Amino acid sequence: MNSTPLAQLFAKLKLENRAALIGYVPAGFPSKAGCIEVIKAMVDGGVDAIEIGFPYSDPVMDGPIIQAAADQSLKAGTSASDVFETLAATTALGVPAVVMTYWNPIEKYGVAKFAQSLKAAGGSGVVTPDLTIEESAAWANAANSAAINRIYVVAPSTSPDRLPKVTAQCSGFVYAASLMGVTGTRTAVASGAKSLVQRIRETTSTPVAVGLGVSTQEQAHEVASYADGVIVGSAFIRLIQEAPSAEVGLQKVRELAAALALGVHR
Amino acid sequence: MSSESSANVLGHFGPYGGRFVPEALISALDELEAAHLSAQKDPLFQAELAHLHKTYTGRPSIITEVPRFAEHAGGVRILLKREDLNHTGSHKINNVLGQALLTKRMGKKRIIAETGAGQHGVASATAAALMGLDCVVYMGEEDTRRQALNVARMKLLGAEVIPVTQGSRTLKDAINEAMRDWVTNVDTTHYLLGTVAGPHPFPTMVRDFHRIIGVEARAQVLELTGKLPDVILACVGGGSNAIGIFHPFIDDAGVRLIGLEAGGSGVLTGLHAATITGGSPGVLHGTRSYVLQDANGQTVESHSISAGLDYPGVGPEHAYLHDIGRAEYRAITDDEAMEAFSLLCKTEGIIPAIETAHALAGAMKVGKELAAEGKGDAVLLINLSGRGDKDVQTAADYFGIQL
Repeated sequence: MNSTPLAQLFAKLKLENRAALIGYVPAGFPSKAGCIEVIKAMVDGGVDAIEIGFPYSDPVMDGPIIQAAADQSLKAGTSASDVFETLAATTALGVPAVVMTYWNPIEKYGVAKFAQSLKAAGGSGVVTPDLTIEESAAWANAANSAAINRIYVVAPSTSPDRLPKVTAQCSGFVYAASLMGVTGTRTAVASGAKSLVQRIRETTSTPVAVGLGVSTQEQAHEVASYADGVIVGSAFIRLIQEAPSAEVGLQKVRELAAALALGVHR
Repeated sequence: MSSESSANVLGHFGPYGGRFVPEALISALDELEAAHLSAQKDPLFQAELAHLHKTYTGRPSIITEVPRFAEHAGGVRILLKREDLNHTGSHKINNVLGQALLTKRMGKKRIIAETGAGQHGVASATAAALMGLDCVVYMGEEDTRRQALNVARMKLLGAEVIPVTQGSRTLKDAINEAMRDWVTNVDTTHYLLGTVAGPHPFPTMVRDFHRIIGVEARAQVLELTGKLPDVILACVGGGSNAIGIFHPFIDDAGVRLIGLEAGGSGVLTGLHAATITGGSPGVLHGTRSYVLQDANGQTVESHSISAGLDYPGVGPEHAYLHDIGRAEYRAITDDEAMEAFSLLCKTEGIIPAIETAHALAGAMKVGKELAAEGKGDAVLLINLSGRGDKDVQTAADYFGIQL
């Protein structure tokens, strides 16, 4: 799956000697139309790729900021078709995009159909934070048929035996969780992130992006020195949650994206 | 059929079970599975657990025959397996003591647990006190209000109780929050899950710790009646007490196994917690099973007068036993459960947990059905999984008793 827009982006940025900046937002947050405005603001500021969250009722990998955003979206009735429409609006901007979703919404929608709908919306792949490789057979078939990327999360606790088995299943990029914990902003990037990325590189040539706890330009710069991508979610969402108005929120998102985009240059 | 309803190497029961969890937890689940398997083969571990059950839990739990109650169940013969007489008042202690010993075996010093009604939280706090472990219990804020007495019990036992304010503020959200804690603190912490759900190895391991209910009951009923029971009934929320009494009888094709789910206001009203009766296959809290969910795969809130059954998922082994037809699952409404609750109080002097009252109501129906088929001499074994002290407030409200 080296032909997806996402895979092409990583290939291009490697030549530019910088890391990809990936911005996360749940579909339907702060509203369906508002989410697309947030994505545009991220892209205006310099975000290279977008990760659209499928809001879920039981998000065990997410901290309070993303939980609150997902709850707000679910209360407004966000459905699978809203997620795919948001994805289509994003890829129409010419930006590579993936969906991040817990497994049950895929299973309920229909595994093969989900991969096809994602492809039809121009999506490059799916990040599956609670899908283990042992449970992945159906998804692997569906994603391969649709020629989209499967992106699994690798954790600092992933054993040396297991690590190559997980990274062998990944395409597009490997999602390296910087620490043992849930999504959210942290004051410092966990020290284990760099060694995890090194461990991953020993098993695969697939690009590696680091997520969990990255929120500032300095942190982005630090991560970009050893990883191929930097994923930022909660920091953007918090700006929107705390903004006195939608306009102010979008402006702050644009500013943070611009600062992070400077950070990811090596 | 083979008793192997037992899970395969990846923890699957047919299409159910497995592991749907963040990668960060895999190493801890592997460690737990290895500890469980080695402990099962370790005579010292088994002896320590058996000694605790004898001297602390109060096992074996007795069998009580209830002829006056049985008059309201078509006149069949009804036997109760008295898990309500265990220390802390329910079957939950069986699993908690086993997992607490495993926690020590793994060298961990802190346990976390979720609780709905508070029975599992109290049992976990009890085991932590006994074994000198730190204990944090996650409990939905809504449930901390409904079950204030159990919150106080946990605190008296030295546990920290954290009210969960996310989502529906009930058991489902307490499990989410416990899993987030576990992802963060997995090096030092064991998640002492209280039912036969969650990722492998929990459904198998928790079942193994509760099998003692069925193993004892089998010998006791044989001694008392000279044969195996015709029907075994148990309430099913997550399904731990039910699998504990069912499992040693799975190979006995002549023994009917019936799980009673919480029908709430009635399955057709949508306000219920009858996951197998009214749900569909899906993934929740790390396992594939039946789930109450909407068209987008979002978990739907459950409803039951019984906080302990108020859960939108169910153990994967029950899903499998249902699909292969080895066990039957029926829904009992709040009103039916409360009628049976009252009846057992007044005919036998035993106040059951409202969870357990669902199994009693099921026995009343099945007993009458059997009598109508000319099988009035049938023997029904009910797992009396818990006592009703914790439910006095709820029952008083229901029956209009002034406190």
